Amino acid sequence: MGRYVIRRVLQFIPTVLGTMFLLHYLTSLGIQLTGNPVRALFGDRTPTPAMMAALSERLNLNDPCLTQTGNPCIGLFGERLVNIAQWDFGISLTGQREVTDIIGAALPYTIRIALIGFVFEAFVGILAGVLAGLRSGGFLDYFVKISTTLIIAVPIFVLGIVIREFVAVKFGNQLRADPNFPEIISRGFLAAGYKPDYPWASLFIPGLVLGATSLAVTARLTRTSMVENVRADYVRTARAKGLMPRRITGVHTLRNSLIPVVTSLGVDLGVLMGGAVVTETIFNVPGIGRVAAQSARTGDASVVIGIVTLAALIFLVANLLVDILYAVLDPRIRYE
Amino acid sequence: MTTEAPVKSPSTARFLSQLDMTAPPLEVRNLHVEFHTTSGEAHAVNGMNFVLSQGETRAILGESGSGKSVTAQAIMGILDSPPAKITHGEILYRGVDLLKLSDEDRRRVRANHIAMIFQDALSALNPVFTVGFQLGELFRKHRGMSRQASKAKAIELLDMVKIPAAKQRVNDFPHQFSGGMRQRVMIAMALALEPEILIADEPTTALDVTVQAQVMGLLSELQREHNMSLILITHDMGVVADVADSISVMYAGRVVEDAPVADIYARPAHPYTKALLESIPRVDLKGQELAVIKGLPPVLTNIPPGCAFHPRCRYAKDNCKVPPEPPHYDVDVNRVAACHYWREVIES
Ligand SMILES: Nc1ncnc2c1ncn2[C@@H]1O[C@H](COP(=O)(O)OP(=O)(O)OP(=O)(O)O)[C@@H](O)[C@H]1O
Ligand code: SF4
Ligand SMILES: [Mg+2]
Repeated sequence: MGRYVIRRVLQFIPTVLGTMFLLHYLTSLGIQLTGNPVRALFGDRTPTPAMMAALSERLNLNDPCLTQTGNPCIGLFGERLVNIAQWDFGISLTGQREVTDIIGAALPYTIRIALIGFVFEAFVGILAGVLAGLRSGGFLDYFVKISTTLIIAVPIFVLGIVIREFVAVKFGNQLRADPNFPEIISRGFLAAGYKPDYPWASLFIPGLVLGATSLAVTARLTRTSMVENVRADYVRTARAKGLMPRRITGVHTLRNSLIPVVTSLGVDLGVLMGGAVVTETIFNVPGIGRVAAQSARTGDASVVIGIVTLAALIFLVANLLVDILYAVLDPRIRYE
Repeated sequence: MTTEAPVKSPSTARFLSQLDMTAPPLEVRNLHVEFHTTSGEAHAVNGMNFVLSQGETRAILGESGSGKSVTAQAIMGILDSPPAKITHGEILYRGVDLLKLSDEDRRRVRANHIAMIFQDALSALNPVFTVGFQLGELFRKHRGMSRQASKAKAIELLDMVKIPAAKQRVNDFPHQFSGGMRQRVMIAMALALEPEILIADEPTTALDVTVQAQVMGLLSELQREHNMSLILITHDMGVVADVADSISVMYAGRVVEDAPVADIYARPAHPYTKALLESIPRVDLKGQELAVIKGLPPVLTNIPPGCAFHPRCRYAKDNCKVPPEPPHYDVDVNRVAACHYWREVIES
């Protein structure tokens, strides 16, 4: 186990460096091809060369390699890595604030939504998948198959808007009109947007919307995995051992069926962060997804790059943890 | 080995009181098993009959698909149903019909009274638990023993099946054992609760030839020590000759010949048995082409009328091709064959 973890961590380092370099190279290439991003900030006005130079200096955009198309700008890459390691993602182009401040302020919201979505997807997804898989071909199985297909087929922005309009606004307003109804539900759980006085409850619906697609995928994967495993030879052995049905399913079948599911759940953590862009915009949540969308619209490249870098790092760390968890669950990997 | 008193419920006590210890350990009567498939009902077992006597080793022999494993799983009560369905018959364990027991009693028969070993130990053992856990589980769930005590039992069992350094290996996972060792673990698991009857479904087919002999040797040694009755399912006529007392030859889900092992080898009474024997490679006939049984086993959704073997039989006459199927003719006091022309076959 120890050897496996060490090996996996050693593989993690070049992966991170590679990803960071790719991001850096794409950014540099963008600047080399389209010119200094600072210009965009002045809109229709033409900045004086002095203003341009001063601003570029502060944003560290003066390196001559940024004018040579195709130059990988290794020197800049080194500086950036050191900065990232010190939790410094540079300064935003528009607001002149530290990018880390902007991210730091927005991150708690995204973490909360992602967490709600994740718990929802993992819990309900696995439960639905297990029940469907145990009785494949039964009513519940068809129900899960059809409902998950629907969820996967409907784009998340459609689902989000429909739920916002019908559940949060229409239904929510009816409840809010009733003064005797508990506020935690009418103004919290059924809020149409983020409410600071209900920091968790008002993120409930956005979290469910965020987790919906992944939930469908998790349910299907769990179902397939269960169906495969209930007919496995070792399950037959467990039956031949005269164990109780509950133990056969709960211990022998489930443990094996969850191995691929855990992997997919880990990857979903990253996917949820990405999905937050849409969900946060729909439900007006001030998380990093909405910040990224706004920054992209105003052309604030520093913030966008900072958020993408952070998302990539989170994704990679989640993958590392999944791989380690995988080994905990599957001894065949551990002792390879 | 010492065994703690099993946790007994009133219904188990009732079941135990019904057992007739003078009756044979196992008797299968007119067993029929069907599988529901998209192309119709597949008749996997069609009137299976045999008696397993105390301490006997009975081989069940037949081509692939003849219903050997399905019969074994029906006895254990571990068929996948659906699609499997037992449509007729009785499975008598010490005179008690297992098919009439409650699920709970049936469950307790498994491992406690009748245990089974599977062909491929690698897939039959759970890959994510240690062998110690999988062995100990039996004692914890059936005997209510503690984790520690059950682990000690697991080590004892590994010792019994001659796995070296059992104390350390008890914490290993199945994939860390060699094929032969894994099959020994399976054997240990089957014998854990000291069952009266052991069903071994092709226990050595997945193993190297050298290891096969060791595992078979261990199995028959343990059978003698524990005074068990053994059902040995195999295609391997060589293995049968060494260890079995009697043989049931199966074709299309039915016994076509049932006889003491020596008689069947000396003078087969059914054309199918004869063909099987001719298909064994023989040292004295080296260089000659190996006889294979011509034709294919029947499609189970559409078994030929009359004698199921007639399309492949060189003795077949017109009456073989129409119902009824040949009855079990008595060839000798302890010997039957389902062939109208068994006299001709046995003499040729
Ligand atoms: N789960 C199942 N679903 C459908 N049909 C099945 C199933 N299990 C077995 N059968 C059918 O039952 C028939 C008998 O199978 P069985 O496994 O008993 O053969 P066998 O004699 O053990 O053969 P082998 O020597 O290959 O193990 C097969 O032809 C197969 O078509
Ligand atoms: S009954 Fe007829 S077809 Fe069947 S085995 Fe005997 S001779 Fe052959
Ligand atoms: Mg078989």
